[in-house]
Amino acid sequence: MAIDVNKCVGCGDCVVACQTENNVPLGYSRDWIMEFVKGDYPDLFLHFESQRCNHCEDTPCVRTCPTGASHVIEGGIVKVTHDECIGCGACIEACPYDARYFHPDGYVDKCTFCDHRVKDGLDPACVSVCPTECMYFGDLDDPESKISKLLKERENYTILPEAGTKPQIYYLK
Amino acid sequence: MEKLLATDRNIDYLYPHVDVWGFPISSYLFLGGLAAGILLFAALYYLLGKEKDMPFTVKIGPLFAFPIIVLGLFLLVFDLHHKLYVWQLFMTARAVSPMSWGAWTLVIVSFFSLLWPLSFIDSIDEYLIKRGWSKMTKVTEYLIKLEHKWIIPHFIIIMFRKYRKFLAFVMLIYSIILGIYTGILLSAFNAHPLWNNPILGPLFLTSGVSTGSAFVMWLSNNKKERLLMSAIDMSLIAIELFFIVHMFMGMEAGAEVYKQAAGLFLGGEFTAVFWGVFVGMGLILPFILEALELKGFHIPIVVPAILILVGGLIFRIIMVQAGQMSEYPMFP
Amino acid sequence: MIKYNFVKNNLNIMNNLNRRDFIKISSAATAGVALTWSGTGFINGVFKEETTPLSESLATKVPTVCEVCFWNCAGWAYLDRKGEIQKIKGNDNDPHSNGRLCPRGTGGVGMYTDNDRLKKPMIRVGEPGKQEFKEVTWDEAIDYIVKKMKKIESEHGKESMALLHHGKTGPHFEYLFEAYGSRNIAEPAGAQCLITREAGFIATYGAGLASPEPTDTRNAECLVLIGNHIGENMHNGHVQDMSHLIDSGGTVITVDPRFSTAAGHSKYWLPIKPGTDIALLLAWMHVIINEEIYDKDYVERYTYGFDMLKDHVQKYTPEWASAITTLSAADIRKTARVMAAASPKVIVHPGRHTAWYGDDTQRTRSIAILNALLGSWGRVGGFYFPEKIKLPHYPHPAFPKPKWMWKDYTKKKHKMAIMGITNIIIDHALPEYKGPHKIKGMFITATNIIQSIPDVDKTKRALQNLDLVVVVDTMPTEITGYADVLLPEATYLERYDHIRTSHHKIPNIALRAPVKKPRWDSKPGWWIAREIGIKLGLEKYYPWKDFAEVLDWQLKQVGSSLEEMKKIGVKTFNKKEALYLNESEPYWFNTNTGKIELYSTDFAEWGYDALPVYKPKDEAPAGYFNLIYGRVPMHTFGRTTNSPNLHDLRGDTHIWVHPKIANMYGIEPDQEVWLKNQDGKISTFPSKVRITQRINPNSVYLPHGFGSNSKKMTRTYGKGSADYEMLTNVKIDPETGGTGMRNNFVTLLTENPHKKL
Repeated sequence: MAIDVNKCVGCGDCVVACQTENNVPLGYSRDWIMEFVKGDYPDLFLHFESQRCNHCEDTPCVRTCPTGASHVIEGGIVKVTHDECIGCGACIEACPYDARYFHPDGYVDKCTFCDHRVKDGLDPACVSVCPTECMYFGDLDDPESKISKLLKERENYTILPEAGTKPQIYYLK
Repeated sequence: MEKLLATDRNIDYLYPHVDVWGFPISSYLFLGGLAAGILLFAALYYLLGKEKDMPFTVKIGPLFAFPIIVLGLFLLVFDLHHKLYVWQLFMTARAVSPMSWGAWTLVIVSFFSLLWPLSFIDSIDEYLIKRGWSKMTKVTEYLIKLEHKWIIPHFIIIMFRKYRKFLAFVMLIYSIILGIYTGILLSAFNAHPLWNNPILGPLFLTSGVSTGSAFVMWLSNNKKERLLMSAIDMSLIAIELFFIVHMFMGMEAGAEVYKQAAGLFLGGEFTAVFWGVFVGMGLILPFILEALELKGFHIPIVVPAILILVGGLIFRIIMVQAGQMSEYPMFP
Repeated sequence: MIKYNFVKNNLNIMNNLNRRDFIKISSAATAGVALTWSGTGFINGVFKEETTPLSESLATKVPTVCEVCFWNCAGWAYLDRKGEIQKIKGNDNDPHSNGRLCPRGTGGVGMYTDNDRLKKPMIRVGEPGKQEFKEVTWDEAIDYIVKKMKKIESEHGKESMALLHHGKTGPHFEYLFEAYGSRNIAEPAGAQCLITREAGFIATYGAGLASPEPTDTRNAECLVLIGNHIGENMHNGHVQDMSHLIDSGGTVITVDPRFSTAAGHSKYWLPIKPGTDIALLLAWMHVIINEEIYDKDYVERYTYGFDMLKDHVQKYTPEWASAITTLSAADIRKTARVMAAASPKVIVHPGRHTAWYGDDTQRTRSIAILNALLGSWGRVGGFYFPEKIKLPHYPHPAFPKPKWMWKDYTKKKHKMAIMGITNIIIDHALPEYKGPHKIKGMFITATNIIQSIPDVDKTKRALQNLDLVVVVDTMPTEITGYADVLLPEATYLERYDHIRTSHHKIPNIALRAPVKKPRWDSKPGWWIAREIGIKLGLEKYYPWKDFAEVLDWQLKQVGSSLEEMKKIGVKTFNKKEALYLNESEPYWFNTNTGKIELYSTDFAEWGYDALPVYKPKDEAPAGYFNLIYGRVPMHTFGRTTNSPNLHDLRGDTHIWVHPKIANMYGIEPDQEVWLKNQDGKISTFPSKVRITQRINPNSVYLPHGFGSNSKKMTRTYGKGSADYEMLTNVKIDPETGGTGMRNNFVTLLTENPHKKL
């Protein structure tokens, strides 16, 4: 996934869309928005980042899971099998992005990149509703995909690369 | 630079920092370390042939290990959010997950901690009576009766007695694994720079063994045993102090997040409780008291022992709490 | 590996259909899997409850038109396996939304699920404003209303009834009022929002803008926003268009004292002193005219009064404006040239809520004039000519002609009042009003006029002076407390409403159909209006039983039907008239001169400024700050602050304060402060402080819609200060009667002023 911070206005549509799509209980959220302001009035810079599970290449959450409930599926999406999860919290501790939380039913829940939509050929809910179309979802292994081209053309960064998890959400500058 | 959450995400255990693990996990780690220490000494001194000289260490102490482990496991399960699915923990063994192999280690160790003292059950009545715990002999008699009634436990205990040396060896290794595990459980988390250092395993092992020795020295009535444990404990405390200093030096030499993690103890909010309560009251003070006792001063042994035990618990509470506060800077 | 294969098998469909294996499974993860053994996959498979959301292609969907804001996007409501509303998504064929709703539309389901909603008809038993009611049946409620209306009719005449409305509920009651014989009808969307802008453009081009504004932003190269905070103001099309413009490398110039989100996305941000926009606009005209970078052919061919304008702006040099606006003259020149370079693909955006300072028609006229100089009206990348599908009215007998109506007491004073003016209707309901056009009864539908109309104390006095107040709403907002009769309306997801026929680039119609049955005893607006009408003896105006009949009849007149629209939601039509100016033919503008009037002949005749003039505004008293109010993107005023979903997204608000000011007051981040305005009015509730560089040190910023004083709004009650309480100094725009609300100043109180000693 790639997110263009030049276009994002931080409206939170991705967050609501995720909640209604995935029955995320009120009070919880799988994604969220950070706002960054740099400089002093009137020399200012502002940008928003829509953040969620980075579906890292190196997955500390999967590694620490004692039951194998946290796993990586084909395509690199990190998922949690709810009824294998014992709710120990190890993966929450392991995630440097605080992307996971306890569902009120006890298991750990997180962004699934809407794999149920992806397999129908749709974009994840957040991507599909974004009014600014600042989010791109696609195949990074395919050099011809829009997302691969965007990442080649434009400067980009990931969040907390220093945590060493090789995050897979890229922010376009 | 201003940084804020633009959409509410009021998950109180995630903001402003992860706060998922609390007292049950700290206690679980403490009890695991304590049990590891007790069993380690039992196995070690059995192997050294000190069964007669140190009856408490080898035979009686381990009696406590099993309930301690069970209590620890109970706390662990109590802390789970999806408790009904706890059985899933034992449907897989995942070597890369400390939580998983730790759980298995605990199962194995609890097996030993149950059978080891049971294998001595026919030879401890004398000790119990001597200590004035004669009521306990009724329990041992009952257990012996049970043992004879049921063929399989009986067989296992027989086998245990027969191969005690080999089993002591295995138990020695597993108790070390358990001790290290209590540290590795935390140090496996890259996301928390404070935990993420290789010294945490040995440090927790040393601390666990130290609490084990304190436990023995507290409850043993054998002067020689107590003095020996006291001496061992002093060296363990010295090692612990060495590890602690080393740990902070390593962190200070590391990246910014590690410096910030160390900062929690070096001027940050945990400074007083860590250096004052844990290092001061839980390590240095008992060290001095033990030294004085070795010099021949009369010190009630219970004082340093309790200080070390309480210190060990506080150490884990601090480490669990501070570790969760030490994070990569995601949120303001 | 058993388990892993199980998962894999479940997902190999995904493999075949859409290979999105863009993340390689890392060696560590693979090792983790390899070291895993488990036989539990099967067991889990058997006991697993279906939790995966229903596939969009399988779900039942019902067409709707969003009512969370008045952009009115068309969308689909998807039902889950239990038949409950799962989600609402945009309709791909809808030109308002292009298939993408904003957060409010996506979270619109909260309007339906909110358990704080009004549930039963009620008659007030307590003090006005206290929200004390007894539940009654619909019959009792309507009988009560009819009895009171008859009494008012006998004492003051039918004309003494007034209707204040908003949104799609309005037309049902407008119809009722017209059938009854009163036309004192107004909506806050006029005087409190965009009437001044409409007036400014009508005076210049002979045409207003309406909603959605016909800005051809997707083809533009330069977009100029004057205090228009697109991105926080989430009018869907605007946001999408601006994003497109940014994507295609266009330039955005934002003029705002606050570093708005739009400013954050702009190439040029002009941090102007509040209230001085006209000075900047005049200086821009000065530069563009004197440097001769205006669209000469266009100006010569289509405009009237250029020479007068040229003379007029000579004194408004950038240096002159610089002293007023605090912007540098160089920046003013530079941005003027940037605009001119993009001409005619440049839009100086008219904005939407433009009721700011009481000279707003003149400001928006300056904007209109600037656009004319840049030649953007009727040009690609400027303003296009929208078109609307005209649906014939369902046949009904002629309406009675009232003896007097809103025009009679509004138009004399405010010639450009093109629609009813809410605040003037309220003036006519005050006890001190002694004239012939007395308002004695009022219907207020789907608008919380306590929050939306400034000078709330006046509004409350008027309400208490009325013989009948009927409020129709879905939520127990503040205004409901003043209702004599309170009628619970069904939300937009539970009712039919009029077909959306908007002015647009692509002529279109969109259907709102009920997705669910109304909850509790709430009823659709059309039903309520019809029942009242029938009890008033207006049966002949209601020959139909169900509003679906009206819709079906209307749709059939344009070659569609209710059945078809239920399947497609939105139907688009081909445009008949040209989208842009056809420059090969003469074009007649709907003005006195037939040209774009840079010099307004109407204004000259009526005694208004025919060419815009900058007039200084009130300055903040010492220790006070300009109160700039605005929006947060996730809320539509107080309509949504109690919505479970949107409250979850942003439940509280912050007042923005510059660090220098925070320092001065010793305020910590998130500390609560109360507001006091220049007239000594103190906010009921405190706001948390956000200390931020995004606001200038002379102003504070407070999002509108928070600080609800209605305890029945359980989520949002008491959260944040309410900006409306601070708006006591209202400057009336002379041309339109619109309410200038930005002449108010506040100071911060760190101690609770309401604490009893």
